[in-house]
Amino acid sequence: MRTLLRLPTAQAGLAAPATMNRLDDYRQVAPPGTIDIIHKLAERVRGRRFLHISGGRFGGGSSEILHAAVPILNELDIDTRWEITGGDPAFYATTRALGAALEGAERVLADEALDHWVEMNRINAKKLSLEGDLVLVHDVQPAALVAHRTDGRWLWRCYFDCSRAQRRAWSFFRRFLAQYDGAVFSLPQFSRRLTVPQFVIYPTIDPLSEKNRDLTPREVGSLLAALRVAQDKPLLLQVGPFSPGQDPLGVVNAYRLVKKHHDVRLVLAGTAGDDRESLDVLSELREAAHHDADIVVLELPPDAQLQINALQRGATIVLQKSIREGFGLGAAEALWKGKPVVGGFAGGLPQQIIADVTGYTVHSVEGAAFRIRHLLNNPELIARMGAAGREHVRRTFLLTRHLTDYLALLTHLTG
Amino acid sequence: MKTAAHPFVFIGCVELRQALDKQALDERELLDRLEEVPPGSVFYHTHGYFLRHRPLTTAYGNDFARWAAVEVRDQALAERLAVVDPFEFRGLEELREELVTIVYDHLRRLSSVPRAEAGGAFHFQQSHIVTVELGPQATTLAEFRDGLAGVDASAIYFHMVEARARLGRRSGDFAEWLRTSLEMPALAERIERIDSYMTSLERVRARLLSLVDEALESEVV
Repeated sequence: MRTLLRLPTAQAGLAAPATMNRLDDYRQVAPPGTIDIIHKLAERVRGRRFLHISGGRFGGGSSEILHAAVPILNELDIDTRWEITGGDPAFYATTRALGAALEGAERVLADEALDHWVEMNRINAKKLSLEGDLVLVHDVQPAALVAHRTDGRWLWRCYFDCSRAQRRAWSFFRRFLAQYDGAVFSLPQFSRRLTVPQFVIYPTIDPLSEKNRDLTPREVGSLLAALRVAQDKPLLLQVGPFSPGQDPLGVVNAYRLVKKHHDVRLVLAGTAGDDRESLDVLSELREAAHHDADIVVLELPPDAQLQINALQRGATIVLQKSIREGFGLGAAEALWKGKPVVGGFAGGLPQQIIADVTGYTVHSVEGAAFRIRHLLNNPELIARMGAAGREHVRRTFLLTRHLTDYLALLTHLTG
Repeated sequence: MKTAAHPFVFIGCVELRQALDKQALDERELLDRLEEVPPGSVFYHTHGYFLRHRPLTTAYGNDFARWAAVEVRDQALAERLAVVDPFEFRGLEELREELVTIVYDHLRRLSSVPRAEAGGAFHFQQSHIVTVELGPQATTLAEFRDGLAGVDASAIYFHMVEARARLGRRSGDFAEWLRTSLEMPALAERIERIDSYMTSLERVRARLLSLVDEALESEVV
């Protein structure tokens, strides 16, 4: 019997600060010529003021990107700042509800709560310095700041799929979007009808972060040993929230089908939300792990970057069998480590998982099991897809590409 | 060795993508949208495919063929769209007309309109090309060769692919400079005949270098 393994949680409200890398540190990983292009592009916008505004410095893909990008942009003589908005519990609660509603969930959005959300943005506008040649406002929390813009061009950066937004939430939110000079989405299908231009920028991973940097086999072994994950048989891995959208129970069922033919181990690593659905999923996963020594369920704290890194590097095949997904950058993380990915046909996964090249997208439990068996029966495919996946990420989903896009935005909008 | 009065300046580029508020859920909608999207969108989904994709990620030649094959599972239409070589057309409107005609003729043969699976709509986009001077300038063929070998691959795209659409002519920037500034029409013509379709920018670079090396050797001899 394997019990649920929990790691010590990080100190509340804190996460390990990102290592500051310099642009030239990325020469070793970026496609040839990329760093020089970035330098040349930066020359055209040297001295421009580039302001980012978000709701927090930790948690979520935007903060990971900004932690790495902001110092590098300043290194390139672009005057880059990153401001954070604050508020009270009611403000944060409304932000969460509004964000969920914009992603399509049914939420009650009382007029008083929305008025308070707007008012908190007004208060933030008085406290923050909003000057910039280009101002990029990230996600929902600070979105209403645009009503208090002073100078420059303002863009709203959206990281989630709002194509099925709750109608009332969208009607409310759209009033603010109309005041921007444009919006940036991760995929064209994530956007909605807007009166402003909509740019498309894929999110990216930082290849030199703790989550993605190279690890020696010894480091991998040591970290996996600390997690009590043995390396004595092929490892199937899924990293992600224990929620119905990521279908971890479907992964367990796929594993059971594969197990009839291959002696494999399944590790499900992630976080559990406090909603009823996620708690039910976690309960079932615990039950499954209770009855099968080769199912390991790991609850990870938010700062378990090295652990995720080691798990992905120790895996034979990585799964991301989501049925609902945002962009799903976990696939790019796994591909960067040279692992083929078997994923659901959801969100941004098809952009990362190229069928027969870097992995497979599947529509069912049986499909996932079939593809896993296919790979295990043809190990040369695992190596080939792993190499192709890493190259695909190198060209498309690395931070250096994101920097290029930021500089292109600056040039296009402030040139 | 001849020296050009006007140096060749290597320019790289970055593509800033913009979503248009136009989608196609089936092949009839693809036809209708194709007729109305701006020319820049036709360029993005055909010529621009060459910049964004590598042979390892796809083998369809353009976004329309890929969509027909992968999202709609209509292999017949995918094949007909895939063979459209955008470099064979004098302009984007000619190219658009060819694509529209293919889809129209295909639909006429069918009793029902093939549709993409849920979530597989075709989303029309266009791009803004942001250019960047890469630094090396060439006034001789030898300098041109050195620049060609070292520049970022986006320069190959900008001068060989984007230039044709930008200038509305068959020859790109390389051939034009060789012809007018270095007075080497034979080499220019050989470069114009390089088949850039369904290959990679690095292969095109290798072919360019091969032709330039031959010309340099014949100059020495």
